[in-house]
Amino acid sequence: MKVSYYPGCSLDGTAIEYNKSLQSTARCLGLELQELPDWTCCGASSAHVTDDKLAVSLAGRNLLIADKMGMDLMVPCAACFHRLKSADKALKAGGSLQGLEQKYQGHFKIKSGADLIWENIGERALAAKIKKPLAGLHPVCYYGCLTVRPPKITDAPDPENPMAMDEIMRTLGAEVKNWSFKADCCGGNIMLTHPELAKKMVKKLLDMALEAGADCIVAGCPLCQSNLDTRQREIMDENGQPYHIPVYYFTELMGLAYGDPQVENYLNKHFTEAKTLLKQKDLL
Amino acid sequence: MAVNKRLKGGSPAPVTRQTIENLSGEQISTCYQCEKCSNGCPMTFAMDIAPHQVLHAIQLGLTDEVINSDTIWVCASCETCTTRCPNQIDIAHVMDTLRQLSTQRGVKASQRKSPIFHKVFLSNVKKLGRMHELSMVAEFALKAGGIRGLLKQSGFGLKMLSKGKMKLIPERFRGGKEIDNIFREAENKK
Repeated sequence: MKVSYYPGCSLDGTAIEYNKSLQSTARCLGLELQELPDWTCCGASSAHVTDDKLAVSLAGRNLLIADKMGMDLMVPCAACFHRLKSADKALKAGGSLQGLEQKYQGHFKIKSGADLIWENIGERALAAKIKKPLAGLHPVCYYGCLTVRPPKITDAPDPENPMAMDEIMRTLGAEVKNWSFKADCCGGNIMLTHPELAKKMVKKLLDMALEAGADCIVAGCPLCQSNLDTRQREIMDENGQPYHIPVYYFTELMGLAYGDPQVENYLNKHFTEAKTLLKQKDLL
Repeated sequence: MAVNKRLKGGSPAPVTRQTIENLSGEQISTCYQCEKCSNGCPMTFAMDIAPHQVLHAIQLGLTDEVINSDTIWVCASCETCTTRCPNQIDIAHVMDTLRQLSTQRGVKASQRKSPIFHKVFLSNVKKLGRMHELSMVAEFALKAGGIRGLLKQSGFGLKMLSKGKMKLIPERFRGGKEIDNIFREAENKK
């Protein structure tokens, strides 16, 4: 199966392990990711705060490329996903692109990484490739805001209770914990401008994950993962309370279950030590 | 309420409810103050005006109050309010419109980091086509916090670099003339 692929700027940098683990997992599942040639930034949060048309056009430029490829488009970053879906809806409702000449048709679906894997590959094929079930691991799945909200943009069937990562992790043998914070905000959008507020939100999520009995958090967004993973030391120092909760990309754990030999390299890039837990569970 | 209008050449045109409705395309008048937006909002603890009060203030024409509020910059754009509004008001989009108005009129000093961030981010994209994290964050830290701000971020940046999570040098320019054209049209509108 072939799909087009928009990695986005973070997956080229701070979330390089998400990109690599996703590509490797896709290969293992026979999912061919065709990267949009010469893709550019989706405009992220800064474009829509500044100018509505600029936001539609920056995202729209990439939609025009995907249009030519004519396949379902995988967008692993929640913020990019949200911007591309917003532009898609705006253009289909008659909105225009500034500075770009082509017409947009939009005969393809835009999906987040986890949704595309769960919907297009399916449970049976995901289970068939397992070499090492994730037995004994108790994750909570964390989706954050922008793959689910608002449903008029994301087309999420249940924006209050997304399930794709839960289903994938359950299929791989993990004992997924339920919690009420899977789509609560981590403050990713304001981490650089209001770090003191964003860290309060991260702390709440870490506390709630622990309260749910989780031993790790599974994320599917580079900003969520980065926020939850890289700020634990600061939160610990500021609150005098120990935090040590590994935050995995769901694709890293898929790689683990499918025997990807590079998983350890991905985990070395995390700020919060992420290998000990997996070794304790005989998974690494 | 302290209003910081740093405008050249006289006072700006008054902003009414109608102005904000026209710019955002949202029917703010339909809000009946059920407060679902504020009850679901994860940021109210840091807001000076709760989201339902923002809508109420706009209905009453108290637009200076909302344009100069902390709320519009503290809002994390999580879209919970938009998702839950029973009157289909895209409240997060109203926040965008208010930020745009605030940026045009002069953002108060205590919230100046946000417009600096967005400006730096977009200029990075304009220059490179793709956002280069290291130069974007460094420029933001310097412009928002001076040398001290840059130094504060540098430890984090070095750790990112040492883990191979940030590229030191940006890639070649992406997007060709199209990116130039998109930004030129946006600037011409102003």
